[in-house]
Amino acid sequence: MTTATVTGKPDEPVVATRNYLTEGGVTLRSWLLTRDHKRIAILYTLSITFFFFVGGAAATLIRLNLVTPPGIFTPDIYNRLFTLHGVIMVWFFLIPSIPNTMGNFLIPLMIGAKDLAFPRLNLLSWYLYVGAGLLALFAILIGGVDTGWTFYTPFSSLYSNGYVVLALAAVLAVGFSSILTGLNFIVTTHRMRAPGMTWYRLPVFVWSNYATSVIMVLATPVLAITLILVAAERLLKVGIFDPALGGDPLLFQHLFWFYSHPAVYIMILPGFGVISEIVPCFARKPLFGYRFVVWSSIAISIIGFFVWAHHMFVAGISLYAGLVFSLLSYVIAVPSAIKVFNWTATLHKGWISFDAPMLYALGFIGLFTIGGLTGLFVANLAFDVHVTDTYFVVAHFHYIMVGGMVSAYFGGLHYWWPKVTGRLYPEWWARIAALLIFFGFNLTFFPQFILGYLGMERRYYSYPPEFQAWNILSSAGASVLAAGYALPFFYLGWSLFRGKRAGSNPWAATGLEWQTSSPPPTHNFDRTPTVTRPPYQYRPEPEPQDV
Amino acid sequence: MGSLQLLPPTASAHAADMDWLFAALLGTSAFILLLVFGLMILFCVRYRKNSKVERGNRLGRTWRVEVAWTTATFIAFLGLYFWGAGLYVDIHSPPKDATDIYVVGKQWMWKIEHPGGQREIDTLHVPVGRPVRLVLTSEDVIHDFAIPAFRIRQDALPGRYETLWFTPTEVGDYRLFCAEFCGTWHARMGGSVVVMEPSDFQRWLDSQDQGPSLAQEGEALFRSYGCSGCHGDAGTVHAPRLEGLFGRPVPLEDGRTVIADDRYIRDSILMPKAEIAAGYPPIMPSFVGQIGEDDLLKLVAYIKSLAGRTADTTQAGSVERPAQ
Repeated sequence: MTTATVTGKPDEPVVATRNYLTEGGVTLRSWLLTRDHKRIAILYTLSITFFFFVGGAAATLIRLNLVTPPGIFTPDIYNRLFTLHGVIMVWFFLIPSIPNTMGNFLIPLMIGAKDLAFPRLNLLSWYLYVGAGLLALFAILIGGVDTGWTFYTPFSSLYSNGYVVLALAAVLAVGFSSILTGLNFIVTTHRMRAPGMTWYRLPVFVWSNYATSVIMVLATPVLAITLILVAAERLLKVGIFDPALGGDPLLFQHLFWFYSHPAVYIMILPGFGVISEIVPCFARKPLFGYRFVVWSSIAISIIGFFVWAHHMFVAGISLYAGLVFSLLSYVIAVPSAIKVFNWTATLHKGWISFDAPMLYALGFIGLFTIGGLTGLFVANLAFDVHVTDTYFVVAHFHYIMVGGMVSAYFGGLHYWWPKVTGRLYPEWWARIAALLIFFGFNLTFFPQFILGYLGMERRYYSYPPEFQAWNILSSAGASVLAAGYALPFFYLGWSLFRGKRAGSNPWAATGLEWQTSSPPPTHNFDRTPTVTRPPYQYRPEPEPQDV
Repeated sequence: MGSLQLLPPTASAHAADMDWLFAALLGTSAFILLLVFGLMILFCVRYRKNSKVERGNRLGRTWRVEVAWTTATFIAFLGLYFWGAGLYVDIHSPPKDATDIYVVGKQWMWKIEHPGGQREIDTLHVPVGRPVRLVLTSEDVIHDFAIPAFRIRQDALPGRYETLWFTPTEVGDYRLFCAEFCGTWHARMGGSVVVMEPSDFQRWLDSQDQGPSLAQEGEALFRSYGCSGCHGDAGTVHAPRLEGLFGRPVPLEDGRTVIADDRYIRDSILMPKAEIAAGYPPIMPSFVGQIGEDDLLKLVAYIKSLAGRTADTTQAGSVERPAQ
C-alpha cells in the first residue's frame, strides 16, 4: 500500500521540529490572532465542520418528517427546518468549504509562497464568517425563518413572519467574507508565485480556486445589493419587488439567480481542483489534457454568468428568454463534460491504487456525471416545465453539491490530512466510510429523481400516499449517509493523537506542498523553491526500483 | 403505503410527447454513463497497480481526442436542446379556439372561474379533448399551478397574467399542486383536475349555480366603477372606445404598438399612464388598490366579450348593448 511503502526520504526525522502547530505558541490567543494561512485554515475547518453538522441535523429531521406523512412537525416548523438546512449548507458550508479550508492552507504551499497576499484580510474573513454564522444561529434560535434559502419575493419581503432581515444580514456578512477570500486568492495567484512557477505550471487546484475567486468577487456584490433591497422593502415598505407597492417580483429572481447560479460554480469548481490533484497521484500519471481542464474551469466561470434564468422557465419570463437561456445552459455543460472525460482518460494506462482519497475521487466522478447529465434534463425547456420545483431538481443539485462537492471535500481532506496534521489516518476505516457515503448517497437521492418525475413538489411537509414508498427508501438512505459522514469525524479525531507519523510525502506526490515537512513550518519553505517542470510529472511506482 | 410507482399518469397530448423526450434524455444519459463508467471500471481493473499489462504507447497529442469528444457531446446536446425547445414553443402557443378559464391563487387556495360564471375552489373541471387556456394570477405571493399528469406548470404571479394551456386526452381525476413555496400551508394548496366527457362536463356546468357570466358581471362592474362614464356610450370626455379592441394592435403615444391582450387591459386599468393610446389625453386615474384581482378578471372578460362588436362613436347612445 502506498501509505506504508513510500514515505519521503528515509533519513528524514519522523516529525518536523518546527511546524505551524507549535511555532508561535499554542495559546488560544496565538490562534485567534494568527495571520498564518495554515492556522486560519484550521479555524475555518473547525467552524465549517460545526455548521456542516448543524445543516446535517436539519436534513436528518427533514428526512425523518417525510417518512410518514403528514409527519411529526407542524408545517411552520418544517418550513423553518428546510430554510435552515439550505441557508447553513449553502453559505456556511458549501461556498466556503474547499476554498477557505484547503484553498487557504494549500494555495501558498502549492505556488511556493510564504503566505497569502493579505494575511490580516484572511483573518478578518474568518471573523466575518463566524460573526455571520452566529447571527444566523441567533435568528434560528429566536424563531427561525420560513422563506427557503431562495428568499423569493414578495413572500420574503412582505408576507413571511420569520426573522427574515436577521437572516439576510447573516448572509450579507458571510458574503463579504467570500469577497475577501476571493480577492486574497486572486492577488496571491498573480503576485506570489515562486520563481519558475508559470501559469501553466500551476496545479489545477490553484487554477480552480482562481476561477472560483473571480466568481466570488464579481457575483457576491449582486447578492449583497439584492438582500439589501429585500430588507428595504420589508422594513421601509419601499416598492421594489412587490407589485402591490409598484415593484416587480421577477426582478428579485433575476438578481438572486445572477448571483446564485454562478454560486453553484463557486461550490463545485474547487471540487474539480481537488479531483484533478488526486486522480493523477493515484494513477501515477500526468493529468490528461491539463490545458483543457484549466480552460474549461475558466470557461465555466465566464459562461456561468449567462445562464441564470434557467431557474425561471416557468416563472413568467418570455419565450425567447427561455430559448436563449436553455441554449446557454447546454453550452456550459460542455466544459464540465470535458473534465469528466479527461479524468477518465487519466486512468488509461496508469498504475492505479485505491486508497481512500482515490475512492472518494472515483465516487465524485460517478456522482458528478449523474448530476451533470440530469442537469441536461432540467436545462431542457419542456422537461423543466414538468420537473422544476419538484424533487427531480432537489435530487439533481444534491448529486452535484453533496455527491460531487462533499465527496471532493472528503477526498481532499483525506489526501492532505497527512500534510496538515503530520499523521496518517486509518486507511481501512477511511475506505469503509467512502463506500458507505457512496451507497448511502445514492439510496438517499436516486429515489428523489423518480419522485420528482411523478410530481412530488419541493418544500412539502406532507404529500399524497402514492409517494411514500420512495420517500421511505430515501430516508433509509439518509441514515446510511449520516453514518458515513459521522465515521470520519471519529477516526480522523483518533488519528490526530494515535495516527502514524506521515513524513513529508506519504503519497509520493509531485506538488510543491509535498516538498516541505508535515506539518509545514510557519513560513512554509526554508528556501523559496524554484520550479522547473510542469505539474503532475508522475512516474509509475515500480520504476525507481527497476532502475 | 403505495407501491413503487415509476411514471405519473399520462393524460394530455403534451404529456405523451414529454415522455418521449424523457426517453431520449434517458437514452443519451445512459449511453454517456455506460461509456464513462465502463471505461472507468475497465481502466481501474486493467491498469490497477499490480497488474503487469503493457502500458506503452500512451495517447500523446491529446488535443485531437479533446476536440473529438467536445464536438460529439456538443452535437448530442444540441439535438436535445432543439427537441425540448420545440415542445416549449408548443406549450406557449395556445390554439385560438381554447376556452379561457380564470385562476386566482391566494394563500392557500386556488379560485377558479369558468367563462359561464361557474366557480370552484381547488378543483378544476374540464372536458376531454378540448383545448383549455388558463389565465393565472395571484392575490398575494407567487404560487405555481402544477398538473403532473399533463407535464405542465406555470407560476401565478401577483400583478400579472400568465397563461397555461392543455388538451386533456384521458378522463379521470388528476392531482393539482402548488409548486412554488408560498408559506405555511403550501403543501395543502392543491386539489384535483377532473377531466370529463364533454356531455358530462356540460351537465356539470349546468348543475352549478347559474349566476351571471363573467362578462356580464364585468359589465355591471364597468358601470359601478364608473368606467362607462368615459368609455361608454354617454361618455363626455375623449376616451378610447373598447368595442372591437381586444386582440387588436393599439398604437401608443410613444410610437410603439402593443396587442390589446389580458395584460394590456389589466395594466391599463391599474397603470393607465404606462401605455397611453395614441391620440388620447392621459386623464384616466389609476385604480390600484380599488379593484381586486377577482373584479379585474371580470372586467377583462367583459372587455374581451366586446371584441366582436364595433363602436359607432358618431352616434352616442345608439350602440347595441350586450345582452343582460
